[in-house]
Amino acid sequence: MSEPSDLERIKRESRHLRGSLRESLANPVTGALNVDDVQLLKFHGGYQQDDRDVREARRLAKLEPDYSFFLRLRLPGGVLTPAQWLAMDATASRFGRRGIRLTTRQTIQVHGIEKRNLRAAAQAIHASGLDTIAACGDDNRNVVASVNPLLSRLHAQIYAQAQALSLHLRPQSRAWYETWLNEPPTDGTEAEPLLGDAYLPRKFKIGFAVPPENDIDVYSQDVGLVAIIENGELAGYDVLVGGGMGASHGDAKTYPRMASLIGFIASDQVTALAEAALTTQRDHGDRSERKHARFKYTVDDKGLDWIRVEIERRGGFALQPARAFEFTQRGERFGWREGEDGRWHLGLRIPFGRVHDKDGVTRQTGMHEIAKLLVEHSPDAQIRLTANQNAFVAGVPANLRERIDIITRQHDLALHRSETRFGLNAIACVALPTCGLAMAEAERWMPSFVPRVQALLDAHGLHDEPIDLRVRGCPNGCSRPYLAEIALIGKAPGRYNLMLGGDHRGQRMNALYRENIVESEILAELDALFTRFATERETGEHFGDFLVRAGVIAPPKAREATA
Amino acid sequence: MVLYDNQIFIGYRQNRRVSADTLRTARTTQYTSGGTRHALGIHGSADAGIGPLGQPASAARHAQYAALGISASHTVLSGDPQARRTVRTFPAHATPMSAAAQQRLPLPEPKARHLMSLAESLDGASLWWLSGYAAGLAQRAAVDAIPAISATDTQGEVRLSIVYGSQTGNAKRLAEQLARQVEGAGMTVRLLRADAYPLRELAKERLLYVVISTQGDGDPPDDARGFVDFLSGRRAPQLKALSFAVLGLGDSSYPQFCVIGQKLDARLAELGATRLFDMGTADLDIETVAEPWTRQALDSARSALQVPNIATNVTPLRPHAEPVESSWSPTHPFTAEVLANQRITADGSSKDVRHIELDLTDAGFDYEPGDALGVVPRNPPELVDAILDALHLDGGTRIASAGETHLLREWLSSKRELTRLSRPFVAALAARSGDTALRELLQPELGEALRALLADRQPIDLLQQHPVEWTGEQLLAALRPLAPRLYSIASSRAVVGDEVHLTVAHVEYATDAGTHWGAASHWLATRTEGETVEVYLERNERFRLPADTERDIIMIGPGTGVAPFRAFVQQRARFGARGRNWLFFGNPHFRSGFLYQVEWQTALKNGSLQRLDLAFSRDAQESLHRDVRTLVEPAPRKIYVQQRLREQARELFAWLESGAHLYVCGATSMARDVENTLRDVIVEHGARTPEAADEYLTDLRDSRRYARDVY
Repeated sequence: MSEPSDLERIKRESRHLRGSLRESLANPVTGALNVDDVQLLKFHGGYQQDDRDVREARRLAKLEPDYSFFLRLRLPGGVLTPAQWLAMDATASRFGRRGIRLTTRQTIQVHGIEKRNLRAAAQAIHASGLDTIAACGDDNRNVVASVNPLLSRLHAQIYAQAQALSLHLRPQSRAWYETWLNEPPTDGTEAEPLLGDAYLPRKFKIGFAVPPENDIDVYSQDVGLVAIIENGELAGYDVLVGGGMGASHGDAKTYPRMASLIGFIASDQVTALAEAALTTQRDHGDRSERKHARFKYTVDDKGLDWIRVEIERRGGFALQPARAFEFTQRGERFGWREGEDGRWHLGLRIPFGRVHDKDGVTRQTGMHEIAKLLVEHSPDAQIRLTANQNAFVAGVPANLRERIDIITRQHDLALHRSETRFGLNAIACVALPTCGLAMAEAERWMPSFVPRVQALLDAHGLHDEPIDLRVRGCPNGCSRPYLAEIALIGKAPGRYNLMLGGDHRGQRMNALYRENIVESEILAELDALFTRFATERETGEHFGDFLVRAGVIAPPKAREATA
Repeated sequence: MVLYDNQIFIGYRQNRRVSADTLRTARTTQYTSGGTRHALGIHGSADAGIGPLGQPASAARHAQYAALGISASHTVLSGDPQARRTVRTFPAHATPMSAAAQQRLPLPEPKARHLMSLAESLDGASLWWLSGYAAGLAQRAAVDAIPAISATDTQGEVRLSIVYGSQTGNAKRLAEQLARQVEGAGMTVRLLRADAYPLRELAKERLLYVVISTQGDGDPPDDARGFVDFLSGRRAPQLKALSFAVLGLGDSSYPQFCVIGQKLDARLAELGATRLFDMGTADLDIETVAEPWTRQALDSARSALQVPNIATNVTPLRPHAEPVESSWSPTHPFTAEVLANQRITADGSSKDVRHIELDLTDAGFDYEPGDALGVVPRNPPELVDAILDALHLDGGTRIASAGETHLLREWLSSKRELTRLSRPFVAALAARSGDTALRELLQPELGEALRALLADRQPIDLLQQHPVEWTGEQLLAALRPLAPRLYSIASSRAVVGDEVHLTVAHVEYATDAGTHWGAASHWLATRTEGETVEVYLERNERFRLPADTERDIIMIGPGTGVAPFRAFVQQRARFGARGRNWLFFGNPHFRSGFLYQVEWQTALKNGSLQRLDLAFSRDAQESLHRDVRTLVEPAPRKIYVQQRLREQARELFAWLESGAHLYVCGATSMARDVENTLRDVIVEHGARTPEAADEYLTDLRDSRRYARDVY
């Protein structure tokens, strides 16, 4: 075993995630944290970033980089009360710079918080009954769960499990409360029974899917739980392990991997199963090479059988044979639908998760108006965030529909009425200017790029074809690009790898088609392929499936063993 | 000649300017008659030349101190009463020290202990010697130190005393000039800075000239506060035997123009003294008034002292050799190439602050931290055009004035003040236009309204508002000559070599009437690399690092007031000063206005800055929100450096008690608030009455441990 990575030292020496965060926050001379604290902050749900657009100008101006932070909520299942939405809106307006951002793990990020405002922002979040504990870092990340608002009873059940699991796997350290809420500092000797003193080797992601929708991309989770509904009741879950999207350019040791199905559990075994998988990874994950530290590598290094046995041993039960399920889609069902309980649900397209009043777009105001209306007239309604960075207004009494519709039309929230399915499903990560990993633009490029691709679709009579596009500024997995029909992975400013051939339900990975090309080349390639697709497709065939069938793309060898 | 003393510069929203007293360091401050040289303060007769006295202080020259000490001892032991008086200004050596005395010493440990043990081991004669030695060191260290103490033994003999009060050095320069001429004419003269003037001798004074400037809102210069207070107060003696004359300096763009000079002029007369001739009130174009006044002063002194005119040719014993850099002056500036012009405020700042680097190769400016650089600007061409357009004047007309002939455009570009409104200009316009409102503004009871007008408006605004016919000649006569602007030097020569760095707030803002610029800041901000600007060196001996490098220093410099402290910290780091450095800085925003942030971070890391306290006034800071509803309407609290001073009061006072030097640079209003805060700090932590706290501050100022550079 080689040397543990430096981050392992930082974690171990941190006195359970305290480090010198309090000193860092109190230092008025810099907008940044002490180097080690930058890493520890992630476990508290924050990231230090700087505006890369102005780095050079500020260097010349003898100023340090323009540091700011984002705070990410721990928001299992992506559910907020309308009052919590208002609180987050106020927090973002007061302390952030770019509104509210919905992430691909069903949560909210508030970007652009200056260090001096971080504690106030965290306190505001806490005051609304939320927290940011373990939203980033080497721990169990936000637990995602299918939104599926039509099945309100099942949703409530699964959401409750997701929430309980998130709490159960959360760090037990009081560091968050001491750092952000003025809880008196302690020596940090409290027990951390589940995560251990060095926490996990790497981030760990758990997701609940409810077929037929795969909106959370269950194959991308470290542990995926697929609800098995029998006779309208939750029978239990099929268990998938070892999914993960991250890879590094030119590093063959790293790869995206789809989760492998290992069996079925009863719904009261969820906690034990998750604990067993998480502690297996805690004890056997690679702590020396961070690029090789995700659970998926542990699964491949140890072998799926070994993993299954280890999980059974630790969980104290045997996995049952997996049961059948079928996904038919993973995109959102936008617009109004009536749920089984007679309440109404409105799926809203939020392009790239940006809820921000800017350039004449007033989505933040719109969401604020809706939340205000709900607080007054239907406080038990919910705002549910999806893993595709969209939002549902859920549980609305019928009599509020019209008033909400007026708001959506006034504030750019009625895109489902105008956008094509291609436009509605596109996902991009944040990338430049704030993400430290980004090599190319993603989100900022989309408003100009998407219409160009749509124009090609239109030209080939494919106007409302539901094709998944996912764009990423770097080869990591934030927007789960490797599961898209078309993916663009940033290589350098303006240059991308074009990946093709994923399937529209998120059950097959795509493969590299062209490397390191610019926008005009991307459009030329897509134009040629759309031409073929329009003429050669079979009825109802999706673009990704067509490319594989036609031999344009050879899908990557499935790494997962099928159970 | 367009140097000016205070009150001046850059009033409202004007650019960065800096006071600088102009002592040419190699010039001594005593003048003697008929070639008889008198002792200079306490050291003297054994010292045949200017010796170390006149040279810049440097801790590296310890060897010279020995010689100085011998001469000091010689003088003191001769029993010169003036010398003793000097000695008394250093109270620490009066008697062997008790422990209590030691505690009162303004010296850091272990120095106080060393001094005490030394003092206890010496006999009386040695102590006398030591007192003179130390005084010599002190005077030597502080170059323009308290010229204090005339050693003339001319009791009974009529002599001329010239007293000056100077903030930026112009009053001092004029007083020195006059003293030199008077001395050259064979008369006995003593030249004294106002705070060194022995007030109880005033009653015996026979002939007194006062050269004094007025600060911003009608305040005396820092060095003349005591003098003005004394004369104004009830303790002032009757002065029936005294003849006097006053030269006031000021800036007519302020309503309280030359008010301090006027006050002294009236008060001296009230006390029974005889006014020899009318007071001179010099505006920014100082020489216009100062030259005739000086001539008259010389003539009047001659008749009062009954010295025949022929004495003019007597050569002073000590030639007043000007150091090399004096060859560059406002009228004969050095042409410096711009090496860098870098904005150092980020987007989001309402201020455009520039870091300017100039090449001084071959200039011979041996500037020191604390000095200022004079910049001779040109007015913005857009502004010149606007004025020509408004008045329908042809910029190509040749116009002669005061012996110079230029095209009108050139007159307006480089010879006249276009960015600052002055009272005389308002008066001229009122007269030409017959506008009643303008005329009323000039009435004393409307001082506030005039002040607002002078602060907010520029000549172009009024010219457009009151269209009347002007000839080019009339316009030139109404406008003041263009004055150069002074900027605190932001670099240490020891670190940057043949460069000089400035920190310049670019004044450029839109008004209803069009864009307003600050003449020099806009000139500098629009120079690009490779272009040139004309500059000269302006000494400021009153704003100097302690010669004792083990002294702590406290620097309070919000905004561009931080400039000299960049030089201070550079210098102290380069010379390995062991004293601690503590900087207070402030600006509206941390993100966009933390001037030289990276340099301060480095300085803190490498130990050349020990403490840095920051106040970002508009970064309202709420530390705790229990109720999320408070988020929507936060109550922003503005935080200024004064608050940081208050927060650090105990420590601040401890530093002062252990001998720290205190510096304030920046806006006048800030300096006033800071001084009030300092007084509070001293009251609270020094257990003193407010009056005693004032005395504490006065003592600090007198012992040159509290210096301000305000604008």
